[in-house]
Amino acid sequence: MLSFVAKRLLGAVPTLFVIITIAFFMIRLAPGGPFDSERAVPPEIQENLNRVYHLDQPLVGQYWLYLKSVLGGNFGPSFSYKDYSVTELIWSGFPVSMELGLTAVFLAVLIGGSLGALAALKQNRSADYTIMTAAMTGITIPNFVMAPLLTLVLGVYLRVLPVGGWGDGHELKYKILPVVALALPQIAYVSRLTRGSMIEVLRSNFIRTARAKGLSEWLTVTRHAARAAFLPVVSYLGPACAGIITGSVVIEQIFSIPGIGRYFIQGALNRDYTLVMGVVIFYGVLIIVFNLIVDVLYGVLDPKLAHR
Amino acid sequence: MTANAAHEGKISMLRTRAVFGLGMAVALLTTTAPLAFAQNLADAQVLRIGNGSEPQTLDPQISENTQDSHIERDLYEGLVVIDKDGKVAPGQAESWTLSPDGLTYTFKLRAGLKWSDGTPLTADDFVYSWQRSVDPATGSKYSFLFYPIKNAEDIANAKNKDIKSLGVRAVDPQTFEVTLKAPTGYFLKLIGHARFLPVNKAAITKFGPQFTRPGNLVTNGAFMLKEWTPQSRIVAVKNPNYWDAANVKLSEVDYYPIENQNEELKRYRAGELDVTNEVPSDQVDFIRKDLPGELKIVPYLGSYYMGFNLEKPPFKDNLKLRQALSMVIDREAIVSKITKTGEQPAYSWVPPGIAGYQSQFVDWKDMPMPERIAKAKELYKEAGYGPDKPLNLEIMYNTSENHKKIMIAIAAMMKQALGVNVTLVNQEFKVFLETRKEKKATQLFRAGWIADYADPNTFAELLQSDAGLNDMGYNNPEYDKLVKTAALTVDPEKRALMLADAEKLVVHDLPMMPIYDYVNKRLVKPYVQGFDLNILGYFYSKNVSIAKH
Repeated sequence: MLSFVAKRLLGAVPTLFVIITIAFFMIRLAPGGPFDSERAVPPEIQENLNRVYHLDQPLVGQYWLYLKSVLGGNFGPSFSYKDYSVTELIWSGFPVSMELGLTAVFLAVLIGGSLGALAALKQNRSADYTIMTAAMTGITIPNFVMAPLLTLVLGVYLRVLPVGGWGDGHELKYKILPVVALALPQIAYVSRLTRGSMIEVLRSNFIRTARAKGLSEWLTVTRHAARAAFLPVVSYLGPACAGIITGSVVIEQIFSIPGIGRYFIQGALNRDYTLVMGVVIFYGVLIIVFNLIVDVLYGVLDPKLAHR
Repeated sequence: MTANAAHEGKISMLRTRAVFGLGMAVALLTTTAPLAFAQNLADAQVLRIGNGSEPQTLDPQISENTQDSHIERDLYEGLVVIDKDGKVAPGQAESWTLSPDGLTYTFKLRAGLKWSDGTPLTADDFVYSWQRSVDPATGSKYSFLFYPIKNAEDIANAKNKDIKSLGVRAVDPQTFEVTLKAPTGYFLKLIGHARFLPVNKAAITKFGPQFTRPGNLVTNGAFMLKEWTPQSRIVAVKNPNYWDAANVKLSEVDYYPIENQNEELKRYRAGELDVTNEVPSDQVDFIRKDLPGELKIVPYLGSYYMGFNLEKPPFKDNLKLRQALSMVIDREAIVSKITKTGEQPAYSWVPPGIAGYQSQFVDWKDMPMPERIAKAKELYKEAGYGPDKPLNLEIMYNTSENHKKIMIAIAAMMKQALGVNVTLVNQEFKVFLETRKEKKATQLFRAGWIADYADPNTFAELLQSDAGLNDMGYNNPEYDKLVKTAALTVDPEKRALMLADAEKLVVHDLPMMPIYDYVNKRLVKPYVQGFDLNILGYFYSKNVSIAKH
């Protein structure tokens, strides 16, 4: 197992290198620069700014300079949030996004998984239809519709929960609505996935064996069926986790949450070269790590897959 | 010349559309009699204000954006402030004099000024801060605002390496002297800009680039920084060492960076904000109906205009075509049906409302629309176009729903009146700026300009042939000369006349067509007192208090 993980991590190095290279040159291809605005500055000041931020050097030179500083763990200062370094911005936003994202994923697995299993066990009965109709609705209503709706009802009309903001970061009341809005479509999706695979698993031979040897229905389902039925969910959750944690842009925007998501968009729009690079690399690493976790989990859940 | 003899008249054009009830009446009274109404104040003196997007920095010399400056004007205080009428008023300086040759300003600082950490603030702090602004190593985008000061331009361009040669000096701890390159009529208004705010040398030396962090930042304004969570909020608390602290009623100001105007409105309605940064124009009807008296609209010194590319056909050397197109735009319809929040139809280059200046309008300003269209048709024909040979025009703008609506309206008006075939092209903002600057692909394009200071010069400069933002390619030597001479003229009346002459040339030559003049629009809760916006959009939280509610 350890050598498998080590091999995978080693393989990630060239991947990251390619990501960095492509991203670096692509963002530079975009017309406009970090200092452009409706108020143009005199050319000599533009030159001066370029000098201060090392943008006056040839592009390849800047690329080496950047690679060197990334290897040293330094993503450089942000062009558009000048009082912070990119590393600081990522580390201030990531814990927030992670807290939101992981809570949402946890809820998705717990609630979605249980509902899906329940629907499978009651296949083609009213419980099944109710759950699946609700799930279908959950999937089709995008969270940029659901979130404002929730805030309007619970925040503006009833005033039981805040409409947005993050307080000092420790208050539960600010977290409820964003987590719910983020989790709902995931719950819906996971419940459908679970139901599908559970129905399939319940018909398989090893479940019939378990039942035949007189195992109680509860044990059959929880110990044997659920484990196998969760495989497709796990493979979905890997990339989904990375996506939910870093990419809940819409939710963060709607609730004014200081997460990492908005840096993707703002960084690109502001031509904040260092910030864009920072989040791209960070996201790359995150996806690699989550895929690795998924593969390891596969080994745990499915004894058929033995890692060399 | 002393502060009180400053040459501004009353702003006659300041219009406040929203009708305010008792709350605002109380606010007016409290500013004159602060103690008499103290019993009406709420227990919690906290102002929660929407502030657009996350500030780029709280370093006043590096900042570029309005959201930064709003906070900085609360945290720091400059020599002068621009008050609610747009006039220059004493800030850290209690008075000032100008030498007879118009070259030397001497500022007398208030006695006993202190930084928020209790250390004394002296003229040396202003010397340090202004030198820091023009120092190329600082990387200040706005160092060009300092160019009227002796040697500033050469230092900023690294032609002069001796930063100490900048025309600023501390005569004694309480006297700050500025030597100008040439007389500059708008200098006092200019230094009301947030780039002229002082920074604390000890903190910068000690903390380097981290000096703006809570705990590190030392400021001299009515408030000081307590918390800064990027993308979430900035909290400032009352500075006990501020010279006028006895009259500061708020104990705390919270600034929230909320970009989405609809979300901001919702948080305002839920009672989480006391003042918004903006108002979504598609919600204006709802706001007027359901939140009566809370919409505050104040003229804003800025112009929304369409630029003609004068370096390429069809607009090169074709004044009649430019006139014809400009005349058929029904600006009243645009402001009443599309923008809807009190914007003013524009017929001048400099928006009206600057004290001591008379904006120059196009001569067909008051002509009724049908007559204007008839006249435009003639001009269009004389320009070489007609029903058989319609103009094919491309209008370019930066991607935004609001711009799109306006562009569609403009295209329709041109099509209907003259039969112009318009293609609309939109580009992402930074791409658009680049295209516009190249002057190759553009014909007619959207643009906007917000004044840096309350003086016509900030508009006049932009159309000079060598100005970096003159994307129209306007080049009129006579105009250049008038603007340059005006800048060197000290006598305010003569200067205003010269700038008016220059503007007359603009409205004649029409390098662009003005569409509307901006307004500042915010929602303000009735219990917020003394929240005044001036024509530059400045507010000072030190004047604000929260009434019992």
